[in-house]
Amino acid sequence: MPPLLQVENLIKHYPGVRAVDGVSFAVAQGSCFGLLGPNGAGKTTTLEILEGVTDADQGDILFRAAPRNDGYRQVIGIQFQHTALQEFQTVRDTLQLFASFYARRRPMDELIELCHLGELLGRDTAKLSGGQRQRLLLAIALINDPDLVFLDEPTTGLDPQSRRNFWQLIEGIKRAGKTIVLTTHYMEEASVLCDEIAVIDRGRIIEQGRPERLLEKHFPRALVRIPRHALGPADDLPAGFELRGDYAVAATSDIDRVLSTLNRRGIALDELHISSPTLDDLFLKLTGHGLREA
Amino acid sequence: MNTRRILAVVTARNREFYRDKAGLGWNIFMPVVMVLGLAFIFSNPDETLYKVGVLGAPPAGQTAFLRTLHIRFIAQDDEAAAIDKVRYHRIDLLLDLRGAPRYWVNDLSPRGYIVERLLLQSYAQPAAGLTREAVSGRAVRYVDWVLPGVLAMNVMFSSLWGVGWVIVRYRKNGVLRRLRATPLTAGEFLVAQIISRLLVVSGVTVLVFAGTHALLDFPMRGSYLALGLVFFAGAIALVSLGLMVSARVRSEELADGLLNLMSWPMMIMSGVWFSLEGTNVWAQRIAEFLPLTHMVDAARRVMLDGAGLDEVGFEIAVLLGIGSVLLTLAARTFRWQ
Repeated sequence: MPPLLQVENLIKHYPGVRAVDGVSFAVAQGSCFGLLGPNGAGKTTTLEILEGVTDADQGDILFRAAPRNDGYRQVIGIQFQHTALQEFQTVRDTLQLFASFYARRRPMDELIELCHLGELLGRDTAKLSGGQRQRLLLAIALINDPDLVFLDEPTTGLDPQSRRNFWQLIEGIKRAGKTIVLTTHYMEEASVLCDEIAVIDRGRIIEQGRPERLLEKHFPRALVRIPRHALGPADDLPAGFELRGDYAVAATSDIDRVLSTLNRRGIALDELHISSPTLDDLFLKLTGHGLREA
Repeated sequence: MNTRRILAVVTARNREFYRDKAGLGWNIFMPVVMVLGLAFIFSNPDETLYKVGVLGAPPAGQTAFLRTLHIRFIAQDDEAAAIDKVRYHRIDLLLDLRGAPRYWVNDLSPRGYIVERLLLQSYAQPAAGLTREAVSGRAVRYVDWVLPGVLAMNVMFSSLWGVGWVIVRYRKNGVLRRLRATPLTAGEFLVAQIISRLLVVSGVTVLVFAGTHALLDFPMRGSYLALGLVFFAGAIALVSLGLMVSARVRSEELADGLLNLMSWPMMIMSGVWFSLEGTNVWAQRIAEFLPLTHMVDAARRVMLDGAGLDEVGFEIAVLLGIGSVLLTLAARTFRWQ
């Protein structure tokens, strides 16, 4: 089956900066594709180009193996990272306004139930909490029962509980067979929701694939971390370790051997930490800086 | 153009307008308060500059009055038109020197009274040399003369800011960006803004007209249809001007400056507060290109002279023409972001 969305060599310049620098990827029908990167990496610009809100300087975008046409906006749904709604409108008013724009509409009752908006219908949109507002914006994105949904950092600014509630909503959309393109800088979010990710930094995709495959590719089984100061004054790191910030880190499939090495050098193991590698570790390894650093 | 989408945007915009109680109150009561304030202020004017129209050349020996300081003497060609100017307070007195000297003065004009006293004292034998003529028909108070201009000015402010400012605010806070991501087209969005604002302007103008009429009992001698069409065509021209200003601007401060740049010259040069009679000829020529000038002139002729639709057809056509040109420019230059 051809991908629902095919992106080839996207390039976008702004004065003094190449925001998107040759980005290419494909999104399979029914999958959740994640664009990961720190603020300013180019993921929102990439998404805006795909949404048709921003024009690319160069590159091709194929939807269902054909260039996008006027009907494209009828079959996509978008939740922007930052957006505003018209003032003095209730949740119901806002849903009705956006519903009127589309030829195909999801039944309103179904949408209200899906996004848990039933008790908020008569409330002014300016008086919604962060989580409630995100649920309304998601409902707007789904109002036309879209084939392809773009979610730009949908949980940024939400408290952990609201974020997890929101993940459940997105998982529900996935189960309904919708294709999702998601940007985030929360690695846990990408791990939970995404079938495939592309790590983007400085406008370029530096790694792409299924999250677990990427972790397997870059990290053998476990990560052993020990604070730099616990190593003592010696400049040389134990074999297999490398410095990442304030930590010496070893990726290994033989934890016993690493521990023996540390014991032989007389290094205290009180602050030793052993964990499975995460996407945070992957990003750190690939780019040399953390996901939340610009 | 999709009618359903346009109506949805019109409904949302209208809802935004009438649910904003503070803004709604300001739109309705501000012009009423302005008219009442003017009626109060000009009930006791304290001005030193007078305007006297002069028909014909002054004969020798009768020029003392024409050398009076602080009076501007303005040559007139058309007697009927000049008498109308006395009626509508554009000039304070009309002096006819073509034959036996005579003059016209508006009995309701305090300034006319003063100028008349000056005139009479300038003649050695006023009773023998001058004939006093009365302005025929119902006399017009200054507030009657200024009110059509105030109504037109209210249409101007509501049209310019109600569209121009709002679109720039939408662009700045991201509403336009969100709408752009839907199938709504720019043309549909602009048409919806025009319809919404025309509905608002029409409703507010009717309310203000009715309210001020109840309080001031100003004359309305012409056709209500003609007056409605004059204001409607004026609103189209000015809404289009607001759209053009806001087509690309992203800063509310810049939009505010540009809208002020448009509205202040119109407010001064379109004859809302005072006649341009006797002012710089270039100012008068420029005023002819301003939509507010045509709206004010036509509204005054309908309300004060009893003009019908056929008599203000030219002004309506000019306003619609200005609107068409500006709307075309606005549609071509409009950007969502």
